[in-house]
Amino acid sequence: MRSINLDYVSANPLLPEVQEAMIAAIRDNYGNPSSSHQLGEKAAEQLELARRRVAGLIHCARPEDIIFTSGGTESINHAIKGVVFARRDKGRHIITSNIEHNAVLKPLRGLRSLDYDVTSIAVDSHGRVNPDDVAKALRDDTILVSIMHGNSEIGTIQPIKEIAQIVHKHPATFHCDAVATAGVIPVDVQELGVDLLSFAANQFYGPPGVGGLFVKRGTSLWPLIEGGGQERTRRGGTENLIGIIGMGIAAETAQRDMENRFIHLQRLKAKLLTMLHEKINDIIINGDPDNSLPNLVSVSIRYIEGESIVLMLDEENIAVSTKSACASGSLRASHVLVAIGSDYADAQGTIIITFGRGITEEDIEVFTDTLQRIVQTLRSMSPLYRKERMS
Amino acid sequence: MAMYSKTVMDHFKTPRNVGEIADADGVGEVGNPICGDMMKITIKVTDGVIDDIKFLTFGCGAAIAVSSMVSEMAKGKTIDEAKKISKQAVADALGGLPKNKLHCSNLGADALHMAIKDYEDRRAGIKRDPQEAAGVQCYTEDHHHGCKCPYCDADIARGADICSMCGRKVEASECQ
Repeated sequence: MRSINLDYVSANPLLPEVQEAMIAAIRDNYGNPSSSHQLGEKAAEQLELARRRVAGLIHCARPEDIIFTSGGTESINHAIKGVVFARRDKGRHIITSNIEHNAVLKPLRGLRSLDYDVTSIAVDSHGRVNPDDVAKALRDDTILVSIMHGNSEIGTIQPIKEIAQIVHKHPATFHCDAVATAGVIPVDVQELGVDLLSFAANQFYGPPGVGGLFVKRGTSLWPLIEGGGQERTRRGGTENLIGIIGMGIAAETAQRDMENRFIHLQRLKAKLLTMLHEKINDIIINGDPDNSLPNLVSVSIRYIEGESIVLMLDEENIAVSTKSACASGSLRASHVLVAIGSDYADAQGTIIITFGRGITEEDIEVFTDTLQRIVQTLRSMSPLYRKERMS
Repeated sequence: MAMYSKTVMDHFKTPRNVGEIADADGVGEVGNPICGDMMKITIKVTDGVIDDIKFLTFGCGAAIAVSSMVSEMAKGKTIDEAKKISKQAVADALGGLPKNKLHCSNLGADALHMAIKDYEDRRAGIKRDPQEAAGVQCYTEDHHHGCKCPYCDADIARGADICSMCGRKVEASECQ
């Protein structure tokens, strides 16, 4: 039986052309871009070619404004700690939202313990940050504002352009975590008006373990990782050239195919939403119906629990993801679902369905048919469902 | 899924004794959906022997497997024997449980013991409000010390209504 991956946000298949480019690089282009001999020069050329391709994806006019990193988490950590340490004499206040990824929340928690003051803006029930709330939160000593572009749990897309305009009336630096959006929907650093933008190759069919950080010229940034003079001394360490070459190809392809991919994703998402409503009662679709990622659906299935849904689907060779308390190591409901006001019990029954290239409408049908059966089974043993039916 | 033993997966995939006995002699209900797991066990007792037992569970794979295993272990046992079924015995019979599931999902023995207590109370003529019988308790004792802010994950003081780390309001009920 064919297995269906509907957990693209965790892992998606590398594009064939990405695989080929990486294998070719492993064979023939293992040089160190810092070396001044021919092998090194060839590697350096490939590095800069990849940088131009990646810059193109996010409409960055100066490829040298891109720093290659080990992925989204490093990019975000670099942006946050880099700005805060570089601007430590300008203030100690940071603004963020309460639905950011842990790669943002955890560094900020660490900075709190170093006496930085963090304002966490509460989102509305669709998961949107109100730009006016950012305006109200700005203070004389605000040095950094970090708001994500797309949320990888509920799919909500933030009004980054409006927020950036507000932040730029103020000396604060603006960072945007665009890991969930770059390579999926159009991301234009000039139009968005961000100072820093984090992104990762594995969200657009490139390899995991490679990412990028856009740093607008003139932005003060403390280097997070120091050593050699790589990346114009902004990120030390021998470059992961093979991964970077893969990211370059993935970026170029994403830019070229974005419109077609978007149409495909929208069709799958529309179909998925229709089928879910048709086949399963008592469900809640999370996120913003109007501003949402095209490749993600977050659904709370009432009266049952997410991990058991994931396990049962896995038995049928279908992969989805959940952030239910039981599945997470923390045994607590997802902070994103709590932030949008989900009922705790409903949060427990939430699964995240993400899809992309290679997923067909037939796969969506197989998935929803299977899910319908599983929901019936789990509800038949749920005391909550019985209570609801009897009341 | 590799984190669960073969026996856990077997009980999860084909749970035994699912359902609810309409004219039960004892009812036990533990947990709370807020904590992630909730179990209801109903028993039928004849001559001091549990000759029927059914369960309903809201929860993860471990919670369902635990309920199923407890029901199998208790079926056909005398009340005195069933009282001796411990959480550890259930976990052992399942070939072990992941460490982080040992407490939160392992409520089966509690539900069974509560159902037995309900049966004994009824025999002793102690009448209880059905709502009270379905007592809600969040987490087992081992979890009571660990109150965490749902927004930033920081430890917070029991009963606090604000997280000292992120400054956000925390519903006191989350942590009582």
